[in-house]
Amino acid sequence: MLKRVKHWGPGLLLLAPTIILVGVFVYWLIIENFRVSLTNQHTAKPSDKYVGFDNYTNLLADPNFQHSLWNLLILTIVFLGGTLIFGFLWAWILDKPAKGEGFFRAVYLFPMAVSFIASGVVWRWLLSSLQTDQPGGERTTGLNRLLDSVGLGFLQNDWWSNPTWGIAAIAVPAIWQLSGYVMALFLAGFRGIPEELREAARIDGCSEWKLYRHVIFPQLNPVMLSAVIIIGHMSLKLFDLIRAIVPDANTYDVQVPATMMWVKYIGSDYADAAAIGMILLVLVAIVVIPYLMYTSRAEKR
Amino acid sequence: MRRSFKLLAAAATLGLALTGCGGSGDNSADTAAPASEATGSVGVFTWWADGSEKAGLDALVDVFKTDYPDLTFDNLAVAGGAGSQAKSVLAAQLKAGTPPDSFQAHAGAELQDYIDADQLEDLTGFYEENDLTSQFPADLIDRLTVDGKIYSVPSNIHRSNVVWANVDVLKDAGIDPEKPAEDLDAWIADLEKVKKSGKTPLAVAGSWTQVQLFENVLLASLGVDGYNGLWDGATDWKGEDVTKAIESYKTVLSYTNSDRDSLSDWAPATQLVQDGAAAYNLMGDWAEAKFTLDGDKAGTDYTYFPMPGTAGVFNFLADSFTLPVGAPNPAGAKAWLTTIGSAEGQTAFNKVKGSIPANTTAKTDDFSEYQKSAIDDFSKDQIVSSLAHGAAVPVAWLNELSTAVSKFGGDGNVATLQESAGATAEKFAE
Repeated sequence: MLKRVKHWGPGLLLLAPTIILVGVFVYWLIIENFRVSLTNQHTAKPSDKYVGFDNYTNLLADPNFQHSLWNLLILTIVFLGGTLIFGFLWAWILDKPAKGEGFFRAVYLFPMAVSFIASGVVWRWLLSSLQTDQPGGERTTGLNRLLDSVGLGFLQNDWWSNPTWGIAAIAVPAIWQLSGYVMALFLAGFRGIPEELREAARIDGCSEWKLYRHVIFPQLNPVMLSAVIIIGHMSLKLFDLIRAIVPDANTYDVQVPATMMWVKYIGSDYADAAAIGMILLVLVAIVVIPYLMYTSRAEKR
Repeated sequence: MRRSFKLLAAAATLGLALTGCGGSGDNSADTAAPASEATGSVGVFTWWADGSEKAGLDALVDVFKTDYPDLTFDNLAVAGGAGSQAKSVLAAQLKAGTPPDSFQAHAGAELQDYIDADQLEDLTGFYEENDLTSQFPADLIDRLTVDGKIYSVPSNIHRSNVVWANVDVLKDAGIDPEKPAEDLDAWIADLEKVKKSGKTPLAVAGSWTQVQLFENVLLASLGVDGYNGLWDGATDWKGEDVTKAIESYKTVLSYTNSDRDSLSDWAPATQLVQDGAAAYNLMGDWAEAKFTLDGDKAGTDYTYFPMPGTAGVFNFLADSFTLPVGAPNPAGAKAWLTTIGSAEGQTAFNKVKGSIPANTTAKTDDFSEYQKSAIDDFSKDQIVSSLAHGAAVPVAWLNELSTAVSKFGGDGNVATLQESAGATAEKFAE
């Protein structure tokens, strides 16, 4: 008995603080959150009356919430697409032995070091919706002013002040900030492919395109998957960037579930806020869990 | 051995859980202790962290220190987001059962949530002890009273239906700054004149300032009874007159700056009027403090008048202070509330903040010209409660309506706004 304790006791003792803290502050709170989401506590007054999944069905039927889910979908597609394209391009350019690689790598990676809140304040100004041909257009600032002064005035637009596509403008700063990170992932992927494979392909008469199509890309798949998971789950949880760019939390144009949860919480609608939190958790889990299963299987092999 | 490990883990978990949700139980503080014998520190929670608000709070604290030298003032101000940041911090503290000694809240419906949650002490006895009922206007007392009880002491009164205008821009557009438009249609004609002169007619900022514009267009269009009826169910949201009001709002909104959602708060919108880029700005009378602070002169640089169509109506909001259930130093909190309610406290605070005193016995001889006119108006005008500032409806209702108004700013769909506002009103009327 004592011998067995000696075997696993120290290990457990070492892990116990983590297990307890994670257990309480993550898993117990998730359960508590789920419990609140089943009650009818829509005001500050404490209420423990259970209403089953009514809050969820009401939310999913609410056009405002549907709009926020739609926004989330657009945001995720643009954010993912943008970071993958730019990340890949930059990695591809830097992969060729070029002068100043270290310098450019740092330049591309650097935006990631800035917090979303800090960059969001700058982007609020850059993405100002005023256009030069509108009344008061002489006050135009940011990107619209820049476009106008380089003769591309016709490209000026509302940015995020548009109920349908406004959310895509929020993806612009997000892409700017995280493309460098995706680049670093791809660059590591490129470097992990032995030079011998490329040489062998060339000797076999592969064109440069075929070399990439059949030799390089397949080996980048795991990197690509990691990038999709990491960027995808960041996009689903994106909150601080939107809050920093858009002054008012209640702005309909760029409402996503995370910001809507905040608005509900401030309005003391704890049940709805908790339900939105659970929906977000499920959405993120759908992205992350298959990835965790995939990697754990890959490790076993 | 194994069992004791489990026990240890369980105990630790339980301990953490208890600290997390403990304290909400019965915290029977001795609320009977008189304010005059209070000692220790008084923690007061506000969102007055900078500008004229901070200056006003400082002036108030000076009076408090003279009144109660034995007490120390503990400033628990939380900055940001016109109070929304502070409210989330406060909500967490109240939920955890560790409230401050006194906290700021808009008087009226915003207090309802706290009252429903049994988080506020009844202050009716306090009003009687200090003879406050006779010193505050009856209209105000009516709006503070919930089921025969009063839960807060108002510190100041603001007016939301004031239009601020740039005199030069009006003159350039051929509008007489001395004679404001008499009703909504005349004002819309003036807005058109400004538009033709090439300036932005009306400056507005993000969501809450749009709600403020919306409420005042409703007030101008529906009149006092129609407007009040929207909140107590007497006015039908689906009615034709409401459709007409929302269409007027749509027209007025079409004269505003297109970058309204990008402006960080009300001040940049008011700044547009100061800079001569825009003619009008509808803003609560805290804008007066900004004009004064920036050295602008009333009459020559800027002028002000009640929102056209709402002359003779005072769209009111007030800040007030409370005594939360379970306050650590209730006697000290009562001392603080006594200073707030007193004539001296109100004079010191309101002179700096630019608002008007709720206490009618407060001395206002050296107040600004605008403040004097507002005090005069408040004594004779009809009073209605502001929507955008939590006086007319509870926060959750306001939030849903704000979302609808924000959505309207994008799609301009009158039927959708009317329908969702009506559905929200029905939901909360229950």
